[in-house]
Amino acid sequence: MKPLDPRLLRYARSTRGFVVLAIGLGIVMAILVIIQARLLATAIVDVAQGRATLATSVPILIALTATIAIRAIVSWIAEAAAYRTSAKAKAELRAAAMDHVLRLGPYGPAGTDPGGVASLLTRGVDALDTYFARYLPQLFLALIVPAAIIATVIGFDLVSAIIIAVTLPIIVVFMILIGLYTRSRVDRQWQTLARLSGHFLDLVAGLPTLKVLGRAKKQAQAIEDIGDRYRSTTMGVLRISFLSSFALELLASLSVALVAVTIGVRLVEGGIAFSTALFVLILAPEAYLPLRMVGQHFHAAAEGLGAADEVFTILEIPLPSQGSESTIPQPLGLRCVDVTVTYPDRDSPALFPTTVDISPGSVTALIGTSGGGKSTFLAALLGFVAPTGGVITVRDAEVKNQQSFGQPDIDLRLIDPDLWRARVAWVPQSPQLVAPWAGDRPTVLDVVRLGRPDATSDEVRSALAQAGVLAEIEAMPEGMATQITEGGVGLSAGQVRRLALARAMLRKADLLLLDEPTAALDGVSEAAVVQAIRAAADSGVAVVVVAHRPALIDIADVIVHVSAPLLQQDLTLNPGEDLINAERAVAKFARTNITDTGW
Amino acid sequence: MSDSVQVAHDRAQRPLRRIAAAMSTQRKRLSGAALLGFVASASAVALLATSGWLISFAAEMPPVLALGVAAVLVRAFALSRSVFRYAERLLGHDSAFRALTTLRVAIYQRLELLAPVGLARFSRGDLLARLVADIDTAMDLPLRVILPWAQAVLVSLATVAFVLWLDIGAGIAIAMALAIGVLVVPALIAAIARRAQARLAPLRGELSSGVVTALFASPDLLAYGATGQALTRIDSVDAQLMQVARRESAGLGVGAGIGVLMQGAAVVVALALTMPAITSGQLAPVWLAVVALVPLAAYDLVTTLPASAMALQRVRASSKRITEVLDAPLPVSDPVHPSGAALAPYGVRCTQLKARWREDGPFTLRSIDITIEPGERVAIVGPSGAGKSTLAAVLLKFLQYEGTATVGGREIADLAGDDLRAHVTMLTQDAHIFDTTIAANLRLGRAQATDNELTSVLERVKLESWLQSQPHGLHTELGSRGATMSGGERQRLALARLLLADRPVMVLDEPTEHLDPLTADALTTDLLRVTEGISTLLITHRLRGLDHVDRIHVLVAGEISATGSHDELIAQGGWYAEQWQRESDHLNLAGLMSSIPPGTAISRR
Repeated sequence: MKPLDPRLLRYARSTRGFVVLAIGLGIVMAILVIIQARLLATAIVDVAQGRATLATSVPILIALTATIAIRAIVSWIAEAAAYRTSAKAKAELRAAAMDHVLRLGPYGPAGTDPGGVASLLTRGVDALDTYFARYLPQLFLALIVPAAIIATVIGFDLVSAIIIAVTLPIIVVFMILIGLYTRSRVDRQWQTLARLSGHFLDLVAGLPTLKVLGRAKKQAQAIEDIGDRYRSTTMGVLRISFLSSFALELLASLSVALVAVTIGVRLVEGGIAFSTALFVLILAPEAYLPLRMVGQHFHAAAEGLGAADEVFTILEIPLPSQGSESTIPQPLGLRCVDVTVTYPDRDSPALFPTTVDISPGSVTALIGTSGGGKSTFLAALLGFVAPTGGVITVRDAEVKNQQSFGQPDIDLRLIDPDLWRARVAWVPQSPQLVAPWAGDRPTVLDVVRLGRPDATSDEVRSALAQAGVLAEIEAMPEGMATQITEGGVGLSAGQVRRLALARAMLRKADLLLLDEPTAALDGVSEAAVVQAIRAAADSGVAVVVVAHRPALIDIADVIVHVSAPLLQQDLTLNPGEDLINAERAVAKFARTNITDTGW
Repeated sequence: MSDSVQVAHDRAQRPLRRIAAAMSTQRKRLSGAALLGFVASASAVALLATSGWLISFAAEMPPVLALGVAAVLVRAFALSRSVFRYAERLLGHDSAFRALTTLRVAIYQRLELLAPVGLARFSRGDLLARLVADIDTAMDLPLRVILPWAQAVLVSLATVAFVLWLDIGAGIAIAMALAIGVLVVPALIAAIARRAQARLAPLRGELSSGVVTALFASPDLLAYGATGQALTRIDSVDAQLMQVARRESAGLGVGAGIGVLMQGAAVVVALALTMPAITSGQLAPVWLAVVALVPLAAYDLVTTLPASAMALQRVRASSKRITEVLDAPLPVSDPVHPSGAALAPYGVRCTQLKARWREDGPFTLRSIDITIEPGERVAIVGPSGAGKSTLAAVLLKFLQYEGTATVGGREIADLAGDDLRAHVTMLTQDAHIFDTTIAANLRLGRAQATDNELTSVLERVKLESWLQSQPHGLHTELGSRGATMSGGERQRLALARLLLADRPVMVLDEPTEHLDPLTADALTTDLLRVTEGISTLLITHRLRGLDHVDRIHVLVAGEISATGSHDELIAQGGWYAEQWQRESDHLNLAGLMSSIPPGTAISRR
């Protein structure tokens, strides 16, 4: 671990000022420590040697008190500044990381581990408090104070200065050596400790299974046995790793003892003044103190830096290149040629190269087994992922052939994604009903308005009607003002889906992407939704819908089979006779009823 | 068991005390560690005191030899300070680790009684992880709270006694400074920190909910161009948070300052009070430096206490959360005089069975009658929320019930839970795969099973090719929650484990949930194949493959709405027929897919 990660200074700018302040305060602190020792030694020696009484010592005692008070204030300022800096640095890191994560899109960390990222950016970075408040200032003190003390003591007593100057580096070298020797073992041991608590978690999580197997009670003994085993191996490692602080304390106290004894001997011989001797004795332990504090807060600090490091890892994921083309044709059509996506961590593509023309006024149904890449195809159309093979072009749907006027076709990747998505509406598979401007508990009106924030409540009402959910919403006591709690608690899965559909309808987009819009709907609601989708297409919108049910397939103008190569192995293909067979299959499927199926 | 009783039943006691009591087996070792720590800290004080005395004495220019004893003592204290500190840290950690294990066992025993129904509220992965983390936090109690305080108090007492012997005034001054340092300052700093936290907590909550919402809803926000607004919301909360943090920083930062101030005050006051005694000759001049240096050294220890106070707060909060889980009411209890084992042959009979998840909740199972003759396979189907899993919980004695429910002729209520589960077992939708080897997972079913038996049971559940693909065969580690396996493989491994356990009655509770239709159908077929001869209750909402069971009951809203064979139920209409239609649609869709080559489109115009 680097004691001060340069990336921290880069990403959290407020830490720069703090570093300067901490160094400045460190210098002041070193001076105050020396003055305090000098005053204390003088006060004691003068009275002990009968040169002064309490009455004549009052000025020096006041000076001593003042020095102590200033020292207290300086440490107070340093720590208060540390808390402020920490709050600011956390906010800076959080803002930068949130911005970056949202730019990376749903296939970056926000999509793969939203819970992990959330806890890192909230509770995780809180560990920086200790780093700033305790560790970093002590680190600077450990550099400044010993140097200042040695420099001062040289002027008074060379022998003592040499003792301190020699032992300090030895301590540091010892700590580094022991640290290097034990680090891998200690790291491994912390890991096994983590694994031990993971083992316990595993057992607790598996309790229902253990009980069903009649093994639950026996595991108590296992917890004890494993706990004991890990304890003894951990203690083996701790015996070595505690040596580092043992060496520090031993050398520090031995050198204080050495200073005391050598000075004592020279005092007897008259080689040194009593006041100098006491001054050096009081100062000597102060040279080792900051180093001890650094050691004490090392683990807490490492935790903070660890969290910061995870944030940097996120920040250093490169952003995909973004298009800037701002003219998007109207009416708009899409041509997908051999479109496929291979995710960075996978060997095989998420979908077979897929070719389809999507034109305004038509419904394109995507069919395929689950996990077959249908949602990925929609994500490609949204610009969430760029095709790794093939191309999606946006075209002016009025231009019937390439030679005539009008705008040329544009690769989707070249278009400004924000402007593109302004023309698209999407109902995801598990929609989240949110309205960031409305806070924690947005109303039905708010979440539907995410589709078009300036929509009037009449427009929202008609979108709700289109999605076939208006009657249910109006039956609620507060109607469209009903608050939606986190996760849509209180709404059925079908209602959430239809509210998301209303949100999409409200957008008045040119391209409507629907991921299983009728899942979890009963027959009546399904019919209403299917009708609304067809009506949207008939009004000139290009609709792409992931479909599982006959009713949706029935209204489709185009049917696309989207499938992942791996899932495809079992199916035998006869590309030659596809059209006729398919037509027949569609007809049959759309008419499916209970009598013509059997075991 | 006695530990468990302690943790569970001292409800009158405060959570922290209960957790401390569960760890009290380590009291002796901990006292030893505290004593070692006291010697170490006392040596540190003595080192500085003796050094001060040595120099003051040397300043009077005695013969060099007269310094001998003091010079030896100084070195001895330097040595004992570090040696005893090292010993204290080792013994302290050792006892803390032991205490943690004791606590884990005690809590586990209570959780075992609660699981699974009594833990349902806490069964979300993150809550459970937090519980385990909270238990880990309890280790701070001996290490960061008890040991530092015990040492600080002991050293303070020794120091005060010593200075009182030198000079009563100085002794009283140091006693007061130390008392304030040990008792008042940590409490004050903890109170300031608590107040600051209380002010920060609501904003932190708001911030966290903003961050969580923005991340979980990021696809919706991006698609609708609202990420900017989400970021603005987070920024505005963060700005408020920063404002509060700035206001509170003065309070939070006061700790270090107060420490320095109190230490300095103790030195100055002790010095001022001792000076007249020196001047008047009541006290030899050599002692003045000692009186000044002793509080300087003793206070070093006291300055660590504010951190202990914070640790105490953390442990207290953790203890509270732990005891909340432990105090959940037991969902079912064993009879005082269990009626012994169930009797062969093992059939199941329920009459007018009623049950609910919570004592004050609505009945999810409202008077049902079901019989499974020995060796029969019966299916219960129905929509989610119909009470199917309630029935499973009753049959495993995870839940209290009304009416009668017998296994092998014995009333379930009269049997001890463990005795019942020696005959009845269950496969759930989320059977836990433990983070260990394949063999160890399987042997939870039967500890003495040979490798050959393991291999052959894996063949029975059609995992032989999966086993062959594993790098270390039966000794392959499966990772956390079977991370390396597919859903179908996990269920099959869990099934193999149950087959090894060889129970005459088996409940299969939605074993194909979360699986894709093809995998689910294959698993259902195999489940019905391997359970032949076992009295089986198959609970499911998928209907395909049910032609092999002896009887199907349709459970809707806690009551059996229809009973019969597949054909009879189709003819009757209702939920069963509708569900069958949906599944058929899926099947036909597969037919449609096979007629369109992947990646191509057909036009219907």
